[in-house]
Amino acid sequence: MSEQPSIFDILGPIMIGPSSSHTAGASRIGYIARQLLHDEPKKAVITLYNSFAKTHKGHGTDKAIIGGILGFGPDDERIRDSHELAAQGGLEWEFKFVGDFVRFHSNTARVKLEGKHGGTVEVVGASLGGGRIRIQEIEGFTVDFNAQLPTLVIIAEDIPGSIQKISGAIAEKKGNIANMFVARNENFANMIIELDEHADKETVEKIAALPWVKFVRRVEPMLEGSSRYEK
Amino acid sequence: MEFNLLSDIVEYCRREKKDMAQAMLEYEMRNKRLTREQVYTGLKRTLFVMEESVEQGLTQQVISPSGMLNNWAKTILQCKVDTLGPALKKATARAIAVGEVNACMGKIAAAPTAGSAGILPAVLVTMMEEHAIPRERILEALLVSSAVGLVFAKNSSFAGSEAGCMGETGSAAAMAAGAITYLLGGNEEQILESVGFALKASMGLVCDPVGGLVEEPCTTRNAVGVANAFVSAQMALAGIKSLIPADEVIAATKEVGDLMSPRLKESGQGGLANTKTGREIQKRVFKTAE
Repeated sequence: MSEQPSIFDILGPIMIGPSSSHTAGASRIGYIARQLLHDEPKKAVITLYNSFAKTHKGHGTDKAIIGGILGFGPDDERIRDSHELAAQGGLEWEFKFVGDFVRFHSNTARVKLEGKHGGTVEVVGASLGGGRIRIQEIEGFTVDFNAQLPTLVIIAEDIPGSIQKISGAIAEKKGNIANMFVARNENFANMIIELDEHADKETVEKIAALPWVKFVRRVEPMLEGSSRYEK
Repeated sequence: MEFNLLSDIVEYCRREKKDMAQAMLEYEMRNKRLTREQVYTGLKRTLFVMEESVEQGLTQQVISPSGMLNNWAKTILQCKVDTLGPALKKATARAIAVGEVNACMGKIAAAPTAGSAGILPAVLVTMMEEHAIPRERILEALLVSSAVGLVFAKNSSFAGSEAGCMGETGSAAAMAAGAITYLLGGNEEQILESVGFALKASMGLVCDPVGGLVEEPCTTRNAVGVANAFVSAQMALAGIKSLIPADEVIAATKEVGDLMSPRLKESGQGGLANTKTGREIQKRVFKTAE
């Protein structure tokens, strides 16, 4: 049996309007870029493509993406004032617009972030409607995940046995891998590992300590549907 | 646990001697491994956000950035004329209120979409007030409406780009009609009849937003969707039958959605968006927005 929709997918998401694709999904792309940077962003260059480029003003897409970069969820009312808040917090940003880029989904954004501690990251994500998104590119690697499960993003040298070592580190702490995708690009491999539960800090540090691993990041699921069970 | 048709849910209710709200509670608990309390916490939060969005639109300044919406909900509430008593007027204002809050980047529950987010809150708040229904029952009504939405999502589409406004305000009106019918004591069959009526009234409704924004005509269509829900529930509660069963009506919405021209499905280029005035508004809005 395939995964059944939650009733909260039907009765939600709970979100800042006006558009689930142009506002809620856009904020999630920004939020995921922030998590991949793993630092306080000080500079952001955002390219909006296609429908995002053409209608961003009317839908507050620009405010939503900046809100996400500041760490606001899609239902955070601070999104409305995100540009003022970002300016106060010392974030510099710039928007670029590409009206017609057929290779990308109609609602696509490229987010380049630079952190206060010098780290950088570049992410391309598409907003699919209903607040759902798909991350399509990280650091030039083609990827494909929706951030609905706790996800580990790893870029490593493509050496024999690397997958085994990494999955071993996860299994050691009783982590359960739900899905795993591997893409190779010249000498590097990109691994997207979706887990049932969050990988703990120790597991992440262990993977990061492997000499051939270049980049490890945790991406938290940001489902309004699951967050609302808390409290 | 899997429900693909409304008749599957009715069959489950009959077999397990449960009502539709209980069936959906079990569906969510089992599929998402949640406790009853966890599901209810989510439902309470959803209802709270719905009520807040109604309240905000009725009390705060709501002028959309495009200028197309301008405190209409309050204007309606203050109107001295009631076409059919104060309840319908208030329900109308509540639906508009949520649309205005949404356009102004306020918080809403997209049930089932942001563009159709006004219908369920308007209906549920109105039911609470007019029929003195306790909150616990309103949460059950949300479960019933989710049953309708679930089956609609599986067999048709909520996306304006796939099923037009039929998929948005049409499905929302059907979800709301089911909720009203449930709250007023209708049985499973009557809930399905109300869904059938509401969807038949929305068959073929295009998505033609001016300037591509979720404002005109979305907001007023939400208000009309509220009336659709109450009228559809009224017919069902009286025992009138939709001659075409609800599941077949849903299948027809899929066919009709597929047959509709892409220009009439959220392109912002057909229908009202493509009228002389619609194009003028678009030009003005995007010029001043820059």
